Amino acid sequence: MAGVGGGNDFQWCFSQVKGAIDEDVAEADIISTVEFNYSGDLLATGDKGGRVVIFQREQESKNRPHSRGEYNVYSTFQSHEPEFDYLKSLEIEEKINKIRWLPQQNAAHSLLSTNDKTIKLWKISERDKKAEGYNLKEEDGRLRDPFRITSLRVPVLQPMDLMVEASPRRIFANAHTYHINSISVNSDHETYLSADDLRINLWHLEITDRSFNIVDIKPANMEELTEVITAAECHPNQCNVFVYSSSKGTIRLCDMRAAALCDRHTKFFEEPEDPSSRSFFSEIISSISDVKFSHGGRYMMTRDYLSVKVWDLNMENRPVETYQVHEYLRSKLCSLYENDCIFDKFECCWNGTDSAIMTGSYNNFFRMFDRNTRRDITLEASRESSKPRGILKPRKVCTGGKRKKDEISVDSLDFNKKILHTAWHPKENVIAVAATNNLYIFQDKMN
Amino acid sequence: MINTMECAMDAQSLISISLRKIHNSRTQRGGIKLHKNLLVSYVLRNAKQFYMNEKYAEIYRMQQYEEVMTVCNEIQELNPLDLAEDIAEASGDCCSQGAGSPLLMEPASVCCALPASNHSAHTPQQQLQATAACSAAAALALQNEEVCKETNSVFFRSCCAEAYPVTDCDFSSLSAVHCNKTTVLDLDTHVVTTVESGYLHQDCCAVPCQGAQAPAKKRKFDFGCYATESEEVPDFTPCKRARFEDFYCPHSEQLDTSNISNLISIFGSGFTGLVSRQADSEFSLNGQFCSKQTLASLGAWTRAIVAF
Repeated sequence: MAGVGGGNDFQWCFSQVKGAIDEDVAEADIISTVEFNYSGDLLATGDKGGRVVIFQREQESKNRPHSRGEYNVYSTFQSHEPEFDYLKSLEIEEKINKIRWLPQQNAAHSLLSTNDKTIKLWKISERDKKAEGYNLKEEDGRLRDPFRITSLRVPVLQPMDLMVEASPRRIFANAHTYHINSISVNSDHETYLSADDLRINLWHLEITDRSFNIVDIKPANMEELTEVITAAECHPNQCNVFVYSSSKGTIRLCDMRAAALCDRHTKFFEEPEDPSSRSFFSEIISSISDVKFSHGGRYMMTRDYLSVKVWDLNMENRPVETYQVHEYLRSKLCSLYENDCIFDKFECCWNGTDSAIMTGSYNNFFRMFDRNTRRDITLEASRESSKPRGILKPRKVCTGGKRKKDEISVDSLDFNKKILHTAWHPKENVIAVAATNNLYIFQDKMN
Repeated sequence: MINTMECAMDAQSLISISLRKIHNSRTQRGGIKLHKNLLVSYVLRNAKQFYMNEKYAEIYRMQQYEEVMTVCNEIQELNPLDLAEDIAEASGDCCSQGAGSPLLMEPASVCCALPASNHSAHTPQQQLQATAACSAAAALALQNEEVCKETNSVFFRSCCAEAYPVTDCDFSSLSAVHCNKTTVLDLDTHVVTTVESGYLHQDCCAVPCQGAQAPAKKRKFDFGCYATESEEVPDFTPCKRARFEDFYCPHSEQLDTSNISNLISIFGSGFTGLVSRQADSEFSLNGQFCSKQTLASLGAWTRAIVAF
């Protein structure tokens, strides 16, 4: 079902854009995470200001049967506030690092959101009825004088305008000394893991006052520290398996059945470094910024600064596929180090059938790779190309020589416009792309 | 091998930029980011290694030339006739013993390499004696045991190569030459531990601070490139001072020395100063170069960052 584009039968179109058009972007509005829920009907975003905005897809209307439903704001709430750790004299940022949806078990929706230190379980529920006719209080809330009550009545439920409420049902705090970078819900739907720079903890969704530490890579002497954990994820269908990636470009797969403490990995994935490409920045560009299992669970994908790699879980010594995202940046690493762009953490995602992968780049470009046809495409999330149902034109970066028309040269790229967070609908060809403070939604053209 | 082709920036700039990043990270919102600082420390290490290798090669070449010049100047001042008698005795002894410095076996070649115009002796006899004196002095200065069979110019190179402990200095080795204490506060347990051998071999190996050659070479090493350092702290061991100077020479052009020393004191106090037992030496740092302990921790924080 899913194609990548560039062919005759598949093209991406602009659907919607959310967020302010203002050139002046407030830091708090910068989107820091994007996630579809299991059905794809809900799309959650978190921002640097600690807010979560949930969009819900409208049902397909009878008027326009060929157009898929649009995503409209469903709920907005402040998930995390800035805090201060008095013991260490540290401010704890309210930025939402990750959102992960929980499988839906009743009418309400639940998600986990986390900042650097605290994970919260939010329940989002709808209320479209309210009770009226209380005995002890008036409709406006004033208490009635009990002595004035002469008769009793049973309150009745009356319909009201839909109200979506978000309430924090669990707060998982004080378990991480270092900055949390990942959370991942286990396939058993009872537990989840949270990872910081040096440790991974396993939680039960119902228990907030304790967690199990399952990975600890902190050395006895911190001066011997050579790598940190950069991302972690639970296997999609084996509840005893999880992986974590490191800043050294390695991935470790662990089995929780093997031991209580999973410091010793079950599998170790590493591609040998090419010595001819060694530079001052080799360690930085090999650091893995994201790891994602495929939906089927056979493969996993890792993102480092310049490339995306697909690994077969059965082969540890090298990836089965490597895709260059923006190789033309290799000669610019010095400047990218100076302006801190080399530390940007790009995420990556699979499509629903695991036949395509997507990741972001600079200049509001994002890239898609079709694993079967080996075709790739570069698209841009911009207001200029945002005509309703407008087809996105493939973009190309000119790496040298004569610049063709419509190509953009490497030096003209805007490194402030970076796409770090993208998400792909679990079942359909609908993608959400976060460009700084704007959320773009694209979908395939219905032929 | 570091591929510097793509990098317009040199190692010095990278070092100063990296230090600036580490410094700025302390005031960033949300606390020090362990991951980012670890990566910056890798760049710092790579740039420093590259810089040290280049400097090392340069100093070696310079030292080689300077030593030759020094030996020649010393020889010029000597009375060739007096020295010739001594050397004649010495070489006689050597010959009778059947052993001797290989340098004495080729006196003529040694002095051919030296600029002969400075010699006050002009007669062939005196020339021969002067060359013998030259070679003896050279042998004494260089303490070389190797047999040098090369041509004139190569002769000195190979001699100097052996005298200067380049091969002894293994950058990849992790064994610490010096045992220094670093005090570390563990974030989790809030336990203070004092760590022995707290820093990397490569940090202190940069300067050959061992062996008899050290004092003479140290002077040359200092003259080599570190004249830019204005503040001198006389109570440090030559080894430590040279290492510190050599570490900070790169950014003397970019950052003020006071900024650097403040940076060190801030950094040093951030990691070890707060819980150091040598509080008196730590806190008198502002505007001055650091104590031994903070110097020891320098090597440590180029590799590892403790998150606060």
